[in-house]
Amino acid sequence: MTRRPVTVDGNEACASIAYRVNEVIAIYPITPASPMGELADAWSNAGRVNAFGVVPRVIEMQSEGGAAGAVHGALQAGALTTTFTASQGLLLMLPNMFKIAGELTPTVFHIAARTVATHALSIFGDHSDVNAVRSSGWAMLASSSVQEAHDMALVAHAATLRSRVPFLHFFDGFRTSHEVAKISVVGDDDIRAMIAPELVRAHRERGLDPDAPVLRGSAQNPDVFFQAREAASPFYDAVPSITAEAMAEFATRTGRRYELFEYHGHPDAERVIVIMGSGRDAAHHAADVLVDRGERVGVVTVRLYRPFDTEAFVNALPRTTTAIAVLDRTKEPGAVGEPLYQDVLAALSEATPGTAPAVRPSVIGGRYGLASKEFTPAMAAAVFAELAVDTPKRHFTIGITDDVSHSSLRWDRGFRPEPADETRAIFYGLGSDGTVGANKNSVRIINEEPDLYAQGYFVYDSRKAGAMTTSHLRFGPRLIRAPYLIDQAEFVACHQFEFLSRLDVLEHAAPGGTFLLNASGPPERVWDALPLEVQSTIIDRQLRVYVVDAHRVAEEAGLGGRINTVMQTCFFALAEVLPRAVALERIREAIRGTYGKRGESIVRKNLAAVDAAVDGMHEVPVPSNPTATRRRRPAVPDTAPDFVQRVTRLMIEGRGDLLPVSAMPVDGTFPTGTARYEKRGIARELPIWDPEICIDCGLCALVCPHAAIRTKVFPDGNGNGRPAVPSKPFSGRVLPEHRLSIQVAPDDCTGCGVCVDVCPAHRKEAVRHKAINMLPRADVLTRERAQYDAFLDIPEIARRDVPLATIQGSQLLEPLFEYSGACAGCGETPYLKLLTQLFGDRIVVANATGCSSIFGGNLPTTPWSCDRAGRGPAWANSLFEDNGEFGLGLRLGIDHKAKVARERLSRLAPELPGTLASELLTASFDDEADLARQRERVEQLRHALAGRDTPDAAELLTLADQLVPRSVWIVGGDGWAYDIGFGGLDHVLASGENVNVLVLDTEVYSNTGGQASKSTPRAAVAKFAAGGKPIGKKDLGMLAMAYGNVYVAQIAIGANPKQAVRSFLDAAAYPGPSLLIAYCQCIAHGLDMTKGMEHQKAAVETGYWPLYHFDPRRASGTDHPFRVDSRAPKRRFEEFAATEARFAMLRRSDPERAAELFALAQRDIDVRWHLYEQMVGVERSIPDSETAS
Amino acid sequence: MTPDLRTGYLGLTLKNPVVISACPLTERIDTLQKLEEHGAAAAVFPSLFEEQIEREEMELHGLYETGAETYGESLSYFPDMVDYNAGSTNYLRMLELAVQSVGIPIIGSLNGVSRGGWVRFARSIEDAGAAALELNVYGIFPDPARTAADVEAELVDLVTAVRERISIPLAVKLPPFFTAFANLATRLADAGADGLVLFNRFVHADIDLDTLRVAPNLVLSEPFESRLPLMWVALLRGRVSASLAATSGVHAPADVVKLLLSGADVTMTASAIYRRGPEHVRTLVSGLSAWMTENEYDSVEQMKGSLSHAHAPDPGVFERVGYMRTLASFSRWMP
Repeated sequence: MTRRPVTVDGNEACASIAYRVNEVIAIYPITPASPMGELADAWSNAGRVNAFGVVPRVIEMQSEGGAAGAVHGALQAGALTTTFTASQGLLLMLPNMFKIAGELTPTVFHIAARTVATHALSIFGDHSDVNAVRSSGWAMLASSSVQEAHDMALVAHAATLRSRVPFLHFFDGFRTSHEVAKISVVGDDDIRAMIAPELVRAHRERGLDPDAPVLRGSAQNPDVFFQAREAASPFYDAVPSITAEAMAEFATRTGRRYELFEYHGHPDAERVIVIMGSGRDAAHHAADVLVDRGERVGVVTVRLYRPFDTEAFVNALPRTTTAIAVLDRTKEPGAVGEPLYQDVLAALSEATPGTAPAVRPSVIGGRYGLASKEFTPAMAAAVFAELAVDTPKRHFTIGITDDVSHSSLRWDRGFRPEPADETRAIFYGLGSDGTVGANKNSVRIINEEPDLYAQGYFVYDSRKAGAMTTSHLRFGPRLIRAPYLIDQAEFVACHQFEFLSRLDVLEHAAPGGTFLLNASGPPERVWDALPLEVQSTIIDRQLRVYVVDAHRVAEEAGLGGRINTVMQTCFFALAEVLPRAVALERIREAIRGTYGKRGESIVRKNLAAVDAAVDGMHEVPVPSNPTATRRRRPAVPDTAPDFVQRVTRLMIEGRGDLLPVSAMPVDGTFPTGTARYEKRGIARELPIWDPEICIDCGLCALVCPHAAIRTKVFPDGNGNGRPAVPSKPFSGRVLPEHRLSIQVAPDDCTGCGVCVDVCPAHRKEAVRHKAINMLPRADVLTRERAQYDAFLDIPEIARRDVPLATIQGSQLLEPLFEYSGACAGCGETPYLKLLTQLFGDRIVVANATGCSSIFGGNLPTTPWSCDRAGRGPAWANSLFEDNGEFGLGLRLGIDHKAKVARERLSRLAPELPGTLASELLTASFDDEADLARQRERVEQLRHALAGRDTPDAAELLTLADQLVPRSVWIVGGDGWAYDIGFGGLDHVLASGENVNVLVLDTEVYSNTGGQASKSTPRAAVAKFAAGGKPIGKKDLGMLAMAYGNVYVAQIAIGANPKQAVRSFLDAAAYPGPSLLIAYCQCIAHGLDMTKGMEHQKAAVETGYWPLYHFDPRRASGTDHPFRVDSRAPKRRFEEFAATEARFAMLRRSDPERAAELFALAQRDIDVRWHLYEQMVGVERSIPDSETAS
Repeated sequence: MTPDLRTGYLGLTLKNPVVISACPLTERIDTLQKLEEHGAAAAVFPSLFEEQIEREEMELHGLYETGAETYGESLSYFPDMVDYNAGSTNYLRMLELAVQSVGIPIIGSLNGVSRGGWVRFARSIEDAGAAALELNVYGIFPDPARTAADVEAELVDLVTAVRERISIPLAVKLPPFFTAFANLATRLADAGADGLVLFNRFVHADIDLDTLRVAPNLVLSEPFESRLPLMWVALLRGRVSASLAATSGVHAPADVVKLLLSGADVTMTASAIYRRGPEHVRTLVSGLSAWMTENEYDSVEQMKGSLSHAHAPDPGVFERVGYMRTLASFSRWMP
């Protein structure tokens, strides 16, 4: 049956089949597979039926391990069941995968293949995850394109039911999962034909049923286990032919033909590349060009990777083959070669005589494309070239420069076999301006035309605030298969003028191409405003330049800053992919389709923007010579350290691909404090201090998510040598005759405005004017830059001189967490900043994977920094699921080092001067002064030990710093603490060890896009809870309090900052486990992030987020360990809920359900408050027994 | 004999002259049913505010666009809902439900921003089954360049445009702040307004002295506020062809009686219902009936306008003299 093609990404292409085939779907979010689960959940929530007329049950689990368990169970019950995952998620499923395979249970797991974290986490794609599970006994089927992700999904489901062997269906994360392309859709009738009812019935009949009871999962002894394991072998032997049959049947129904191993190239090829996944098309392009040049080359694509059918593989090779290069998208250190390479070698060795190539081919193996590293036709051509040399590298890499092991092949960057009838376009935009959304829309519009094809791929930023996006669009008259970025673009659009000052936006502009620029102001002034480098490139490459003041056009259309429709219209007007009138009409239709559900006014305004966009576009005359004197800003200042200059700079400039292997740390260890060298300047307005009004409260600095508002005090020198910054007499109780300065970091501020929102001081004559006010960046930038430089030169105040327990005092301390890439207005980062201000010079941080590990550890630059003495937080991210245990391990390791130090010190005590050793060993640490004295003693110890060459002395020298106590902080979000890491966290809290846990509770999985966690409150709409979460939030604090020896506090920095500061200090001081649960507003709550702290207040005032602390030190005798730190609720939950879209949206979409859930949510609050009120009077221990003991 | 409480308003025949004016109470079906049960003759559904709808739509749009397609791990932050009930959908659905749930006429109410919006939503309200439409006209015009004549002309044009597009009766609810109110009233009636509703009350801004913030604050009306509609109803009775509804300060049966005597076809109440509950409607209706019986009025029609400017023994009181008279009467109490 002919069906209209659709434009989807690889995830949707795959999920479309998986959803329609299955009955139970257990999910858990993980990039880049999350969208498959989200789509399944959304479809199920909307009541969409599968191919058999039933709505599948979709359930979110607490981890991938949990999802695999649920899948295993559902399969054993006889339901058609699936899941989606990637990377670490797949590894967590591994134990169940062995079981599922061992029990010959048909299922398909769909994998958006992603790098497994090693020296670093990477969200991008390679085959390290799927290769890590290849011993589990699953069949493995690889897709190479968006269309194949759709088609192979069905082939896999058909083959698993026929063979009973479970299938792993995988495609490349991001490159395929996120590529948007035109595909032909498999119909429900095709699915029903491929998924035969008798096979489904057989699967169901194998399900556990008390009417026909069986036992599965026995424990076996040495006598039979082996034989039983071998009993399944025939099923594996049958998989290749079953899969081939399914492919043949699929071809009959759809016309799309696939083979287990597919050959493409010269029929008498001598040199052959063997490859799997999306890299196939790059290799095809190279082979096509080389064959045209007369070279005898070809490519074998692997589809059925496991079981590896030796015969089918060998038969796919031309008999003329003499040399094979096997490309693996993974690295297995220590192996003879990567897995596919080894398979090929073994297959050739085992091939039946007569079937193999006439001459035994030589085989070399190479790694490529790790973590979505580009793999281009030029690189494939280099591999073919390597096969032609006399002594090729047996093991090589391609796509990087390996100047350490010299494994890499060189490639010709000028080899670009891009079809002449294809047009390529690159768009640079901000995440917030809708560029990617508009381009996805454009791809759909083009693909709607029967004779046109378009492909879209999108590169996202490492940053969340002010994030840049780069869209790569290809379109032409033939199906586009180009799984690599555009190198030469006939059309380049820059949607944000500011990019020109810091990026080489025209790097990929093809000569004679078109450049579209969004620029405010009169068109005739645009040329002069361009940096010299941009002007030169335009002239040299003879580009045609068009400008549109998209912000003005969008503003006039009522769209505010959303320029996507304006820029999209201009693109279509210039690119001539369709006749202009047709294109504009298609855009209008798309607007009606895309925005219709959001309201008539949205459609109307966007249509108005279409009409005004073309009129607002002007061509800029290009002179023959550049006229500008202004140059692009350097990526990092000259003062940056060597590593930042050599390595980080290139990453910031978007040229990290050029860095050789030798530039990289060998073990993933990076210097901290590099964010300060990346000056992005993304704020449109900056907060400017007015010292005349300021009351020195410190709130502005406390809440600043990016440490871009700084406060310092310095001695009042009566004007002599006073720093060149605004200042005022400091009004604190300590530090008399000091002056206070509050200063913005103008190139690091995101302009979120939270500081202004919380400022309590205002001018009497004009209430709107506060002690800190947002002003246009352009008006103040030069002055503020100079002031900030001067401000940084002001010496930090000694920690011992500052009262830590006050907001004002805490904010006078240097933050050692600064300028992160977190969202503007982020609710998490103020807590981390405060943590570093209070204890930053002596903390070790274990950070669970999530938002905080990403804005805390994502290259190119990182925010954890150090003070002038070189001390600061030492930070590491292990995994998502193990952070509690990882932090506990850090504690144990640190404690052991301290123990050794104390032991050696005791031994050496008689040799040390005076009472130094005993002072070091018996010091108490009640405040910063104590710590400072201990540091001085440690210095004395170093002096005393210097020059001694005994083993004890040498060892003590290396461990002396351990005599200053270290504070271990285990940091993570609610996804970790409430769900995937809860078991470990529980164990850590039960350990009694001195660790501090900080849960940054956003009440959703923020980093992966707002999926519900067990912290998500009742009635909130979230992904995986689209109908509003039906059950209440887990009371994590209460669970921890049950142990009795855990310090617990629930805090909200915007509601009661003093309680928050106090809780941090108490938690750190408590000599056992501590748990701080911190309320964090999040973009996924749907609120005005400027007003995040007001939302925190409202959350507390309504009783939604009660503040409390539980201090086990007060549990003895008749004291009461539990205290509520907030007042009884004065307002109703509904008042709070009305201000956040996560709740308000439900009221709009389903008022009746909202009313029901809101009432229950209010009851949750009332019940919890009632319980807490009673707990205030609870005595935790029995007074008599305390006395007796 | 029980007096005949029926009254004609906008061409509709109502069982009595007590109508519930547009307020959140009339949005709730259960409340509406209670109001009907206690004798309300009709109810005006809360206003559909075009400005609010547009704002909500922009907020929804912003919600889905903010942070979307920005970061590789989180291309969106909210699930795509089956239906957002964006725009007027929810309002119209509620209106339809209200119309179906009670037997009394439900009058739709609309506050527009754009000319297109007024006309489009007016049609939608008619389609939803409203017995009539009340245009809730009010605006603040801080632009010094905009003249009173401009504002009035736009208003008349608007009424003309809406009148052309709908077939149900059309009322216009006005603020009292027009210099030549009688002239405007006549022009609106000529433009097709079947009725005038006097007057709407503003959500005036207030200052919170604790926070020094300016916030909107709607206070419930007080009985004395019926004086203003009483005056204008009396002045317009017989001078304009449109029906007249008096609203603001209708708290006690006496207020109803006075407004009818001055010339109102119906009286509208909301604040009193907020204070005393839906059963207060019965108090108003029975109080009116009792007064009529006591004063031997046979019907509301007989009462209406019997003390209007045209029929009052001393019509000049309705003009500026009324103020002087009040002062004079007050001065008699002075020591």
